[in-house]
Amino acid sequence: MDFAFTEEQLMIRDTAEAFLAEVSTSEEIRKVMATDQGFDSDLWQRICADMYWQAIHIPEEYGGLGLGYVELVAMLEQMGRFLLCSPFFSTVCLGTNALIVAGTDEQKAEFLPQICEGTTATLAYTGKAAGKFGGQWGSDAVEATAVKDGDNYLLNGTLRYVADGATAQLLIVAARAIGTSGDEGVSLFVVPADTAGVERTWTPTVDQTRKQGEIVLNNVTVGASALMGAEGNAAANLAKIVNLATVAVAAEQMGGAAQIMDMTVEYTKERTQFNRPIAGFQAIKHMAADMMTRVEVARSGVYYAACVAEDALAVTRGEDGELAAELPEAASVAKSFCSETYFKNAGDGLQMHGGVGFTWEYDVHLYFKRAKSSEHFLGNAAYHRERIAAQLLDSE
Amino acid sequence: MKLSFSAEDEQFRGEVATWLNDNLVGEFEQLKFRGGPGDEHMFPEERKAWEQKLAAGGWTCVGWPKEYGGRGCSIEQQVIFNEEYARAGAPGHVGHIGEGLAGPTIIAFGTEEQKQKYLPGIVAGRELWCQGYSEPGAGSDLANVKTKATFVEDASGKTKGKWVINGQKVWTSLAHESDYVFVIARTDPDSVAHKGLGFFLMKMDQPGIEVRGIEQITGTSEFNEVFFDDAECEADDIVGAPGEGWKVAMGLLGFERGVSTLGQQMQFQNELNQVIEIAKANGAAKNPAIRQRIAKASAELKIMRYNSMRMLSGQGGSDGSLQKEALIYKLFWATWHRDMGELAMDVMGPECEMLEGGPYDLTRLQSMYLFVRSDTIYGGTNEIQRNIIAERGLGMPKEAKVAAK
Repeated sequence: MDFAFTEEQLMIRDTAEAFLAEVSTSEEIRKVMATDQGFDSDLWQRICADMYWQAIHIPEEYGGLGLGYVELVAMLEQMGRFLLCSPFFSTVCLGTNALIVAGTDEQKAEFLPQICEGTTATLAYTGKAAGKFGGQWGSDAVEATAVKDGDNYLLNGTLRYVADGATAQLLIVAARAIGTSGDEGVSLFVVPADTAGVERTWTPTVDQTRKQGEIVLNNVTVGASALMGAEGNAAANLAKIVNLATVAVAAEQMGGAAQIMDMTVEYTKERTQFNRPIAGFQAIKHMAADMMTRVEVARSGVYYAACVAEDALAVTRGEDGELAAELPEAASVAKSFCSETYFKNAGDGLQMHGGVGFTWEYDVHLYFKRAKSSEHFLGNAAYHRERIAAQLLDSE
Repeated sequence: MKLSFSAEDEQFRGEVATWLNDNLVGEFEQLKFRGGPGDEHMFPEERKAWEQKLAAGGWTCVGWPKEYGGRGCSIEQQVIFNEEYARAGAPGHVGHIGEGLAGPTIIAFGTEEQKQKYLPGIVAGRELWCQGYSEPGAGSDLANVKTKATFVEDASGKTKGKWVINGQKVWTSLAHESDYVFVIARTDPDSVAHKGLGFFLMKMDQPGIEVRGIEQITGTSEFNEVFFDDAECEADDIVGAPGEGWKVAMGLLGFERGVSTLGQQMQFQNELNQVIEIAKANGAAKNPAIRQRIAKASAELKIMRYNSMRMLSGQGGSDGSLQKEALIYKLFWATWHRDMGELAMDVMGPECEMLEGGPYDLTRLQSMYLFVRSDTIYGGTNEIQRNIIAERGLGMPKEAKVAAK
């Protein structure tokens, strides 16, 4: 047993940290978050061409680096720390995961090399139903419909809360057979965003650092080659994709929670009142200690979930994965803890900054807002605890 | 990152499990799941016999080096031993203070003579130890020790002389069952705080030592007050030099790498399982607020385990300093366990008030709910933990020191 990063993993993390510190500055974040697109195309090109991050866990046979989820999580932690505004998350943690988990060999061969070349992608599966009951992110959220029409499928419906939904070039769309509910009748399709009948709108959000879009499918016709796996039988794959993405969000949250803690502690060491740094007051020290406790516990949860996700992907590749079956639980454990950790740390960080924490000028609000948006995206703590509770309490 | 144990370690796991399964039977059957924190007053004699049974099987001091009678187990094997011990429901280890605290201190700082005199009794499960640190005026401010140690020469010159100890210790668990106590006492009467202390190994059975049980919130007594009235300690039984007592006492902290934490978590899991069973039986499992709390407890117990795995994999600082995940561990588990006590009672509803019997016979969960209130106090209160985390983990300013009068 060795539950620590390897030398190579540490190198990947440190490289990501150094690069992001240079490119994802406060000034840069503020510049791109004010745009509809929400990211800088030149920076995305740099990430794709110079760093090759978008290919991190794509298998080598498709032109990727063939690394694992632990390496991906090590990078996501840094992206969360530096609030990177980029289609990386949607492309890699939603689009690529969907292709790896559910894509046919033909689809993988066609689309994964495109992603390696810089094509952006996302997963569009949630309808308005995702907003019901304070958030539901399982198959109940799938509302778009798919109807077989000769050799083709006809897709209709509205998809909401789609990460980079207005900009992604490739969409993985979940739709269900008319009259079905829950896990029944769910199918996944690969749909290039420029397909006729796909209408996309940017939905402005409180958190400006990650854009969401609404996608209307208006009699979109796709061929049978767009269908991922068997028709009406994609619920398990969709759940796996969403669980993998959930681990990824948790990793970003943990990074963000650590960063707002570091920024806040630094600030309290500089800010003097009553002729001493406020960091010397026990009321401040104890809040900071609680922030660190949450961050370290969150870190343990995220790293474990990363190992589980890695095993789950190994099973997808036809290899052994001892921990694969733990994926839903590990994702919920990590996401419930990290969601609360990030928002609490951001809120406490704001409080400890005092008045300046309430200004637009200081970066605290950027973290405070990302904390809330990522808390709800793919399920808040209450949603994930209910998933855990159902496992523990509803058996027999 | 690699989370699995080696085949060799898994074989060791089988060996431990088999031995426990074969030996935790007959007269020892009744000890299953008994004698842990909050239940330490139960079955003292039977548990002493169990300690010797363990020793006969070579299952005491498994992490000690072989040259001192230990099993020389790796960190992984120690973890496995603790996990299997807890899984089997083997009883609270009466020898744990000798094995975990006194012994390692003697191994690290003691003389060859002290090692030969004290270690075999611990390994054999024959001699039990207790810890004399806290005093009425030295709780969170542990260095404020008032107990005095005075060296008295032998006027006849026949012996090397002796230390005479006067003062009072408090919160000494298992003192009434122990053969020895290790004590920090002030060797320099003019010293203050952590300077001028000595670390003494003393026999409990002597006229100068009196033990009085403290009746706790549970109505039971596992903690004690220990009074020293001209108690004696042989000249050779000081560990380190006079004045080095604090260094010796604090050296213990560096030894704690968390091998016992996974076993402790196994006990927590047993408690949570019991609460889940009750919730299913009485319908509390259908209450959304209770569902959230049970799920939270379960999720956080899982993460606690992952955190321990990080602690065990981490190297720590070369000076014995703790890594961040180890610094926060006490605060996290103690707070979790305190919440667990409340959850247990809330799941039971009004039935939580009903005693097993009169006059004050608590059920295991009632006892747990009350006893966990000590978790956030002993071994450094939550507030002291937060100071330590802020100062050592985040580099925030130390608390201002006020000079002693």
